[in-house]
This record gives sequence, structure tokens and C-alpha cells, in this order.
Amino acid sequence: MAIGSVLLVAALGLAIVFGLMGVINLAHGELMMLGAYTTYVTQLIFKLPLLKPYYDAYVIVSIFLAFIVSGIVGILLEKTVIRKLYGSPLETLLATWGVSLILQQFVRSVPLAYGTGLVISLIIGLFLPATFSLKIKESINFKYFKFSSWIFAALTGVLTGNLISSSVSKLSRASARNVDVTAPAWMRGQVEILGTAFPKTRLMIIIITLISVIAITLFLNQSAWGMRIRAVTQNREMSDCLGISTEKVDVLTFGIGSGLAGVAGVAVSLLGSVGPNVGGNYIVGCFMVVVLGGVGNLLGTVFASFGIGIMTDLIGAGRLLSIWPDMPLPLSNTINFFATTSMARVMIFALIVIFLQFKPTGLFPQKGRMVES
Amino acid sequence: MEFKNLKLSKKTTFIVWVVIIAFVIAAPEILPVFRLNLLGRYLSLAIVALGVDLIWGFTGLLSLGQGIFFALGGYCAAMYLQITSSSEFPNNIPEFFGLYGVDNLPFFWEPFRSPIFSLFAIWVIPALVAGLLGFLVFRNRIKGVYFSILTQASLLVFFNFFNGQQKLINGTNGLKTDVTQLFGQMVGSESMQRLFFWVTSILVIAAWFFAKWVVKGRFGNILIGIRDDEPRVRFTGYNPVIFKTIIFSIAGGLAGISGALYTVQSGIVSPQFMTVPFSIEMVIWVAVGGRGTLLGAILGAVFINYAKSLVSEALPASWMFIQGGLFILVVTALPEGVLGWIQGDGPRNLLQRFGLKRKIETYPSLEVTNKEGNNE
Repeated sequence: MAIGSVLLVAALGLAIVFGLMGVINLAHGELMMLGAYTTYVTQLIFKLPLLKPYYDAYVIVSIFLAFIVSGIVGILLEKTVIRKLYGSPLETLLATWGVSLILQQFVRSVPLAYGTGLVISLIIGLFLPATFSLKIKESINFKYFKFSSWIFAALTGVLTGNLISSSVSKLSRASARNVDVTAPAWMRGQVEILGTAFPKTRLMIIIITLISVIAITLFLNQSAWGMRIRAVTQNREMSDCLGISTEKVDVLTFGIGSGLAGVAGVAVSLLGSVGPNVGGNYIVGCFMVVVLGGVGNLLGTVFASFGIGIMTDLIGAGRLLSIWPDMPLPLSNTINFFATTSMARVMIFALIVIFLQFKPTGLFPQKGRMVES
Repeated sequence: MEFKNLKLSKKTTFIVWVVIIAFVIAAPEILPVFRLNLLGRYLSLAIVALGVDLIWGFTGLLSLGQGIFFALGGYCAAMYLQITSSSEFPNNIPEFFGLYGVDNLPFFWEPFRSPIFSLFAIWVIPALVAGLLGFLVFRNRIKGVYFSILTQASLLVFFNFFNGQQKLINGTNGLKTDVTQLFGQMVGSESMQRLFFWVTSILVIAAWFFAKWVVKGRFGNILIGIRDDEPRVRFTGYNPVIFKTIIFSIAGGLAGISGALYTVQSGIVSPQFMTVPFSIEMVIWVAVGGRGTLLGAILGAVFINYAKSLVSEALPASWMFIQGGLFILVVTALPEGVLGWIQGDGPRNLLQRFGLKRKIETYPSLEVTNKEGNNE
């Protein structure tokens, strides 16, 4: 279930980016990784004497921080690279793969403290101009204001970086080693629900998932921006004609999708240790979820991710045998053959490929007739 | 994805050929064995790059799963070498089986006792697998990005399978070939490596001519037709499925040959050949060299890999940055690759930008402000 939930949040972000914008984001896994590292950094910062009393709340804080960090990186990505490549998904795929390589190596060779500083300066640099009053924005000198706000942002970033690296020694050196996030006390242990014991962390992950699914559904269906996003998805040219700023919508969509990857990253960090390669483990699974669920369909994504999560558990742990103990020998041999994590993945992917033979457009295909899309 | 069909002028082709042949002849004399061996490996990678170019550059199918066929070819070669040099081990089977308590040879190893079968298996098996996979995928009109994702998923299927099966093919450790015997000599020995270099060079050239033959004439035209507008090809009365399957299995076969050559020169085949990054790297060689130009694929594979080994020797950490940057640069600024850029208006435009060359006279109304990427 927990694997399914992680997949769900990550795939949700991917489904938004891929389904709504037609952009294949191979760096999605690395955005998850950034989210996971954000959790780690937040945890260490909360260990400082000043924030020690609130240590237990760091997970909650880190969810928001991870959303913002990954979202910002995503927005930056959209503004610099992806913007140029709309309409050519294969090129986007290659470019985002390049981005993911850079991000991985960045985490390996740049001390996390300075990485944090950089992210902070990005956040300030991008948002400070938005807080200026309209008068400044309209004046001719606006670009100088903008420039000086970037300088201010860079300074803050460097200062924070130094501050963090001097106060938290663990963050001051670059390392490619995996790091561990320890759950706070109230998240350890188990809860009994319906006679079965659930680890609290997993329950927490499921709750995070539920909240993000509900939030994103509400956002897309109820808010004005959600409506604009849906409009652009359905017909980009027409929405453009009707005065919707497609550029803003693109940035927003991509930011939200990336932010969700960050939230998924928090969940990942609670499940196991965090390393530069953590994203790669999930990215293909995410794509499978999106493809299986049908592109541009959130409900399909939900079903597909839980389906894959549960199937992995069933096959990988050999649960089928304990459910049905006296099955014929050849069948049980086959199941034993697949009862390891890696072989379970073989089986799952093979099943998905076979499934797509019958329903090439996924579980819940979009209705409509077209020759080609 | 439409771009003009690139053709090299006769003169450039000739010059490049002279350089290549001179280099191949001279290389074993001037390069130390270590470098020669590296070069041989990269040349064998050029063959797989040719395959990628055939399916991506000409047919528009971006496969992220060429590693499957590459590794299959490698495994076929390694299985033959292992089994022919296993006579001194207990039960007449390769040594590693002893570690896992396997006494009988798994049935699928049996045919690899025959050198002729193995020689065919190296390219027939990958081609068959590719054909089957391709047929299933293409039949459902799965294409574009979905095709890429599916091939990537299949890659993971194969990777996990080969990685997990210790008792059948030595799992994650892979099969070693450098201590095995061929024609009574160690495969890892210097003279054998020199031989492999020659074989590889000849095969690269042969593969190049083969690929050239494939893409010229009506068959090649249909491939390009599929790339540029598949529905139109279908409505004209051709069945794109067949053509796509054929070209995909050709690419698979080329990948198999390439994998076998790479294996004997690197001394080991392991599931590492099937990792996701490696297969995507193959695509980037082609993209940098120039997709749609066969020569570009070869040069891209050799030069990028050589650069990779040089850079990683000097600054280990920076290669990932460079590679990532290369990906972004190629797709945003050089969509036709370096070779396409040279053939197009690239150099002229660059010189113009610095005022070194006069602008081409154009009729005022035709004065085109080049949109993104066209002139860089």
C-alpha cells in the first residue's frame, strides 16, 4: 500500500505534467530526490537548539518546503529548457534526461548547505519582484529593481548557505553517500486497524497521499486557475484566443506537477534511505502508472498506482501461496520463481505490456475520435 | 518532427572516408594497447549507434531499449566462449555454475557449443526478440513517447531478469570472457585484442554500407515517410507495421553484433549493459553526431565515448555535468546534430554573426527571421 501511495503522489505529478502538457519529464524522479533531500535538510535544521522544541513538526514543515523547492526547480526548468520544446515530446525527453543527470551530479558534488542557499536565493529572486507595488512595476527602471532583487537574493542565498554549513556540520561537505531520515517519535511504532498492524510511517504516507489527491482534484475542478489549466489542456489555441495566458498556465502546471514530485520525495525519504539515485527507482514505475491509467486522467492514475502497488506486494512477497495453499505444483513453482522483488517487477512490467496489447490507451481512455494524436 | 532529409556532399564524404581508413590502418601502430582497446570498444558501439540512427533518425522511433539487444548479443558471445573453454572445470560446465551448486547445464546453453550456431545467434536472437517486441507494440499503433516508455519498461524487465538469475547466467556478476580461449589463445591477450580491433573496424564499415543500402531506394523512402507523416503512409496503402517491425529488428540485430564485439573487447558482459542510462546514452551519440546521417552516428559514438573516457580520467565528477549539458544543448540548439549543422547553414550563420562573412542576399520580402534553433 505504501509503495502504491508513493507511486500515486509521484505519478499524480507526472500525470499532470504529461497528461495536461504532453511533456515527458524524465527529471521527475530527480525532483522527487530533491524533495527527499529537502526533508533531510529540514530535519537537520530542526535539530538546531533554536528549533529543537518544534522538532516533532519537521515532517509537516518539510512537506510544504519540499513542494516549494521542487516546484521552484520545476518552474526554472520550464522557463529555461522545456519552453523551447513544446510540441516535440521526444526532444523534451532527451533534454529532461540531461537535466536529471545534472541534478544527480549536483547533489553528489555540491555540499547540501550551499545547495539550500542556492534554492533559497532562487525562491527570493523569483518571488521578490512579485511583491513590488504596481507603481514600481510600471516604471521604466523596473529592470534595475529586478536586477537588484536578484543580487539581494544571491546574497541571502550565500549567507544562508554559510550559516547552515557552519552550524550543521553534516551538511557542509559534499558526499555521494546515502543519508537517512529518521521519523520523529510520534510517527514510530504501529497502529492496529481492523486487527492488522500498520507501521505509523506508512499510515502517514497514505494520509499525505490522500490529502494531495483531494487537494489537487479540488484545485483542478473548483478554482479559477484549475479551470484555466483544464481549458488549456483541452484546446490550447482556443484558450489562448479567449485570453487565457497559456504561458502562465504552463508554468503553473509544471510547477504543481514538480511540487507533487517533491511531496512524493518526502514520502520516499520516510520509507528508506535517500541517495542521488533514489529518483531513478521510481521514474519508470511512475510512467507505467500514467500509461496504464490513461493519459490525462486522474482517476485512472489513482487506480493504476494502487493496482501496481498491490500487485507488486502480492507477487513479490509470494502472498498468493499463503492465500491459496494447495494450488497445483507447476503453478506454485512459477509463483516461487517470481517471488523476489526484482522478479516481481519483471512480472508486473510484462503484465502491463500484455495489458496494453488489449487496451492500448490504458484503463480509462479519453473519449473522442481522432486519426492521430 | 519534420526536418529536411540530410545528405552529405560527395566531397565531404570522400575526405571523411580517407581520414577514417588512414586512422584504422595507423591506429594499431601508434596507439598503446590500452587506448587501442578503448577505441575498438567505441567502434563497436558505433554499430549500435547505426541501428539507433536507422530507427530514430530515419523512422522516427525513439527506442530507449536498445540495451536489451546489445546485451543479448553480448551474452550469446560470452556463452559460447565460456562453454568452449569449460573443459577443465567439473562437469564440463562453466566455472560459475559450481558456485551455485548447479550440476547440469541449463538447456538453452546447449546449442552454444556449436560455433556456427553462436555466430548466427549473436545477431539472429536479438533481431528476433526485437521483431517480436516491435510487432506487438507497433500492431497496436503505440508510438511516439509511449513507444519510448514501453521500450524502457522492457529494458527494465530484461535487466531485472538477467540480474536476478544467478543459476542460469550468473546474475549480476555477468559472464567473463577475457580468460576464455578462442582459437587456442586467451581472448584477453594482446594479439587477440588487435585482431578484434580489425574485425570491429571492418564490421563497422560493413554495417555502414548495409545501413546505407537499407535507407536508400523505396524502402528508405517509406521509412522517412513513416517518420514525417505516418497516417499518410498508411492511407497511401502501405502497412507501416511491417516496415517498422523490419527496421526495428534490423536495429536489434546490429545492436547484437555490436554487443558481442563490445563484450569480447571489454572482457565481460553483465546486466550493466541493460541499465537505463546506457541505452539513453546511445541515443545521445546519434543526436550529437547528427540523426539522419549515418556517418554522424558513427562519429558521434566514437568521439563522445572517447571524450567521456578522457574527461572521466581527468575530472571524474564533471562528466555527468558535461553529458547533461550536452543533452540539453543538442536538443535546444543543434537539433540536427553536429554533422547536420555543418552541412546546413550552421558555419555560415556563425561567421555572419561575428561579421566575418557577408550575409546572403535575400529578396526583402523573403527575409526570414530565423525562428528558434534553426540557425545555430
